[in-house]
Amino acid sequence: MKLLKTLLTGAALAVGLSGAVHAAEKVKVGFIYVGPTGDFGWSYEHDQGRLAVEEAFGDNVETVFVESVPESADSERVMTQMALSGTDLIFATSFNYMDHVMNVAKKFPNVKFEHATGFKRSDNVSTYSARFYEGRTVIGHIAGNMTETNTIGYIASYPIPEVIRGINAAYIAAKKVNPDVKMKIVWVFTWFDPGKEADAATALIDQGADIIMQHTDSPAAMTIAEEKGIYAFGQASDMIQFGPNARLSSIIDNWAPYYVNRVKAVMDGTWASTDTWDGIKPGMVGIGAFSDKIPADVQASATAIKDALSAGTMHSFTGPLNKQDGSVWLKDGETADDGTLAGMNFYVEGIDGEVPQ
Amino acid sequence: MDFSTISSVSLITSLMVAATPILLAAIGELVVEKSGVLNLGVEGMMIIGAICGFIVAVETGSPWLGFLAAMAGGAAISFIFAVLTQYMLTNQVATGLALTLFGLGFAALLGHSYAGVKPPKFGHLDIPILSDIPVIGPLIFSHDYMIYISLIIIAAVWYFLTRTRGGLVLRAAGENHDAAHALGYKVIRIRIMAILFGGAMAGLGGAYLSLVRVPQWTEGMTAGAGWIALALVVFASWKPWRIILGAYLFGGITVLQLNLQAAGANIPVAYLSMAPYLVTIIVLVIMSSDKKRASLNAPACLGRIFHASS
Repeated sequence: MKLLKTLLTGAALAVGLSGAVHAAEKVKVGFIYVGPTGDFGWSYEHDQGRLAVEEAFGDNVETVFVESVPESADSERVMTQMALSGTDLIFATSFNYMDHVMNVAKKFPNVKFEHATGFKRSDNVSTYSARFYEGRTVIGHIAGNMTETNTIGYIASYPIPEVIRGINAAYIAAKKVNPDVKMKIVWVFTWFDPGKEADAATALIDQGADIIMQHTDSPAAMTIAEEKGIYAFGQASDMIQFGPNARLSSIIDNWAPYYVNRVKAVMDGTWASTDTWDGIKPGMVGIGAFSDKIPADVQASATAIKDALSAGTMHSFTGPLNKQDGSVWLKDGETADDGTLAGMNFYVEGIDGEVPQ
Repeated sequence: MDFSTISSVSLITSLMVAATPILLAAIGELVVEKSGVLNLGVEGMMIIGAICGFIVAVETGSPWLGFLAAMAGGAAISFIFAVLTQYMLTNQVATGLALTLFGLGFAALLGHSYAGVKPPKFGHLDIPILSDIPVIGPLIFSHDYMIYISLIIIAAVWYFLTRTRGGLVLRAAGENHDAAHALGYKVIRIRIMAILFGGAMAGLGGAYLSLVRVPQWTEGMTAGAGWIALALVVFASWKPWRIILGAYLFGGITVLQLNLQAAGANIPVAYLSMAPYLVTIIVLVIMSSDKKRASLNAPACLGRIFHASS
């Protein structure tokens, strides 16, 4: 048994060494995705980022990815496997991988980790996210202007700050242009289940919603919106092919520049643990082309909002704003700080219902 | 909170749509288990059916041909399971799990270029006058055709299993394969036919998902429906009519909780999402609390390998 162990260790060392010789310049980058790369939403865009890394560095980089990794101890196994096989940098691209990333990172201090949308960091764990809420402000503005039933349907995944932030941002923007607007929110407790997402869209439409927003990963809701002749917004990807008539605009995640930068940093030896939260300005959040179904004046005002957010002259969460219970959150002209936004667990005034616990 | 926005007619329609994929897959699995075979590959066969049906429907423009192709595809992949478990006597549980993994991967490969493609629209029943009656019209006479077909299939399976000689023979193979063999029935052949039927029904259920319920192809779109179908067979305690009850109950819980949420009701969503599984566990407990009952319903040779010489 001991002999076997020694032999195995020797073999592993030999493999590791020969790997090191080959990989003198080659950086190996791993990605784990929560859904299939073909979801045409969230995971798809992360994989586009991976392809951009390959394109940018060619033979100097090797990428590996594992798709449909559950947000459980399974992810720990996958990341450990990646770290053991000589990966230098691992991107874990879903919120609930967080604690598993921290566990694996502790065991492999020489491997660098990047966790999307999380908030736990260490010497070899960076976090990165996009200010999707800026995109929500733009599409909320459009939805508030265009709804005829004054009812916006929102398909939410899990009650985490990122999702709650999106709901609030969209509602605030819609309410500003349409005081009568109501938001119906349905929690599906999954990121990816096309059947359930479609049922949720149907339920919302049956109850009067004529515009659907989603914070789930598949284009199912867009397909249903197209079928029922109402409007929806692309989520994570543009999704126009699923709703040529239904799609008004979209929030597009663009991870490519960030991924390329971070891989470059590893190559240059300048990688350090950071916390990145980029919005429309650096292009991490993209707004898809406006459909011609949107009236010209709304297109113009939406563009103005997008430009103001990008220029930093406007913030999605600007007072006066009250919390749902009526208590003051932001005073007139005050803007929300990143700390509050990162931990947001309450609805703003005017939204019905409770955040599930 | 305003429940008046929930229309019971559209609620029932959408619960039938949500239930039909698992209903079809479960009735297929019921026949398979009645013949004494446990095929855990339902999820894999469903997703293969979903993509085969989708591809053929898109290429030919006919959803009907799509459904036929889905049945062929589901049956074809279940044939792998049949050969492995019936001729090579592999472990049914392990082979079924492998079938699911294989099906998910293979379907993703087949469907690579079909994401974002729109399938042809599947028709609804539309009988003049009858379909226009308020309430009863939309409730009974205007669903899509596959909902009626799925109910006819349930009735046909019930008739076959309880009222025909063939059904009796199939059940005999599931209850006591040695006795069936001694009487001269070809146990292996009976089981292979049952497995193929199960594959075809799972395929049909998968295609209903990709052609009617969601109308699109996305990798992994069955998202666990096959496992619910397996639970449903136990829930129904191997009785065809109870499959309808169970499927509509499972589908109903999902659709109802989504509608309640949309209406603004404050309900514990996470608990409702696990309700179908909880109910199945409760049914299992109730069934096993009474030994006679359990042995009456579960096929006695379920999951046991049959070898003629032993």
